[in-house]
Amino acid sequence: MTGSHRIRRVILIACLIVLAVPFAVPTIWMITSSFKPLAEIFRSPPALFADNPTFAAYAEAFAFQPFARQYFNSVYVALIVTATVMIVSSLAGYAFARIRFPGANALFLVVLVGLLVPGEVTIVPLFQMFKQWGMINTHWPLILVTALAAPCVLATFIMRQFFLSLPVELEEAARIDGLGRPAIWWRICLPLSKPALSAVAILTFLASWNLYLEPTVYLTSPELFTLPQALTRYTDAYGGQMWNTQLAAATMTVVPMLIVFIVAQRQFVEGLAHSGLKG
Amino acid sequence: MTAVETVVESRGAQAPRDLRRPFWTTRRRDQLTGYLFIAPQLAGVVLFVLVPVGLGIWYSLNEWNIFRGELTFVGGDNYAALFSDPQLPAVLGATAIFSIGIVVLNIALGLGLAVLLNRRFRGVTFFRTVFFSPVVVSVVAWTLVWGFLLQDNGGINALLAVFGIDGPNWLLSGDTAMISVIVTQVIRSVGVNMVLFLAALQGVPSELYEAARIDGAGAGRIFFRITLPLISPTLMLTAVITIVGALQAFANVAVLTGGGPGLSTTVLVYYVFQQAFEFNDIGYGSTLALMLLTFVMLLTLLQWQLRRKWVFYED
Repeated sequence: MTGSHRIRRVILIACLIVLAVPFAVPTIWMITSSFKPLAEIFRSPPALFADNPTFAAYAEAFAFQPFARQYFNSVYVALIVTATVMIVSSLAGYAFARIRFPGANALFLVVLVGLLVPGEVTIVPLFQMFKQWGMINTHWPLILVTALAAPCVLATFIMRQFFLSLPVELEEAARIDGLGRPAIWWRICLPLSKPALSAVAILTFLASWNLYLEPTVYLTSPELFTLPQALTRYTDAYGGQMWNTQLAAATMTVVPMLIVFIVAQRQFVEGLAHSGLKG
Repeated sequence: MTAVETVVESRGAQAPRDLRRPFWTTRRRDQLTGYLFIAPQLAGVVLFVLVPVGLGIWYSLNEWNIFRGELTFVGGDNYAALFSDPQLPAVLGATAIFSIGIVVLNIALGLGLAVLLNRRFRGVTFFRTVFFSPVVVSVVAWTLVWGFLLQDNGGINALLAVFGIDGPNWLLSGDTAMISVIVTQVIRSVGVNMVLFLAALQGVPSELYEAARIDGAGAGRIFFRITLPLISPTLMLTAVITIVGALQAFANVAVLTGGGPGLSTTVLVYYVFQQAFEFNDIGYGSTLALMLLTFVMLLTLLQWQLRRKWVFYED
């Protein structure tokens, strides 16, 4: 490596480190500050690490709201939604890619409309529909809409593209052996589609985990809240934000996702490349 | 599949005598399976997308009476209200600044990061992870933290003070509030575009770069003459995805500024929410929602048009 090369490399890395600050520091600061007493959070100049680390804010997060319950709500809604989307989208994606039936193209276009219409546009009439069905202040709207509308349509599209790229010969052999479509889908295609399925699972889980508008609109009881909504409710009697409690709750929301991301980084990134480039 | 079908069909053609051929032929059964496989997804789209859009159109022609809890048909009144709403110009202005700001910054930063990280050196994976990591942080958590850092006595101003700059009270004046909403949103989501651009950059054949270098082209020339045209499909796609995403960005505005100060960060999607759920004006809220839908549709159409004309190649 020549001298000028080395200098350029050093400059590049220095630039990247500076650029990385606004990406990494807020998260790191959130985690470290959640262990600070309130007075230390507001200390000027701010410090990254706590002088007297304490778990008080974590205890407060559970005492102030039914936070454990809200955590469970987010997890179970996201799990149900993800599992449903994986099944629904792989079935529809398979049929659109492989089975010839009258009207398939037209129906595919109808499904794609689901990608065009943002959930923010339909929320007003959806609220009225769910009110009619007595589902306000339940988790049903979150589960049904997320599992069958926009995120699922994207998943169906990803799965269809993936199945189109699989060689047909694998299935032909199985069909001649007398295997039915459901068995082919379950025993041959699904095991082969792990990369696409994991992309779908990750995208859907993130979408459900981050839902904010929908819970804000549909849910009114704190014990039904999901995490993003719960995070905004840490305010004292005067409407002031309880910063350290909020940071502790936010840390508990964010850290598991970050760990999963660091472990399964490749799937995350490939999943996005899948959905974006071929979308 | 085709092979099997041909077998079935030719068998049928050779045996026309068999009049009692069962209705459920292999082919019909296969078609039925197809319908059954797509049924849940199709039902979901019809019930939770198409029906609501239809209902939304109906609501936009009605006025909601809060006290009696019923709709009254008012024809085009809500559409006329769009033109007499004194707040709407400010809202549309904020929406335009917000969306354009996000697209420009997001694409520029995403592409810049991708170019910087599209090479091999120790730590490249680490940096990619860092720049992507906010994507997996929940929007609300991310925005809450930034809201704290952007306070008058928060971390950003403390950092600026180190350089002797007296920072503004970011979230309490119109211009800086808008900048704050845009920048925090871009930092949180630019990782997605970075990944898409990295994938596109890796698809550019390296022979082209070598040839250009042999011809004596400089780095800037190579970037604008080779890289940019070759990744233009991805560029188009991400631009549209990003702007459509910006039109839907609700949580960021709701948590960071609540649309304020004044109307300075009240983007259309937030205004829809306010009208429909805070002021209970379902008719006008639906009209505004349809306006949002129109913008999204127009952008998507525009993308399809441009894609045909402008883009250098497509596979």
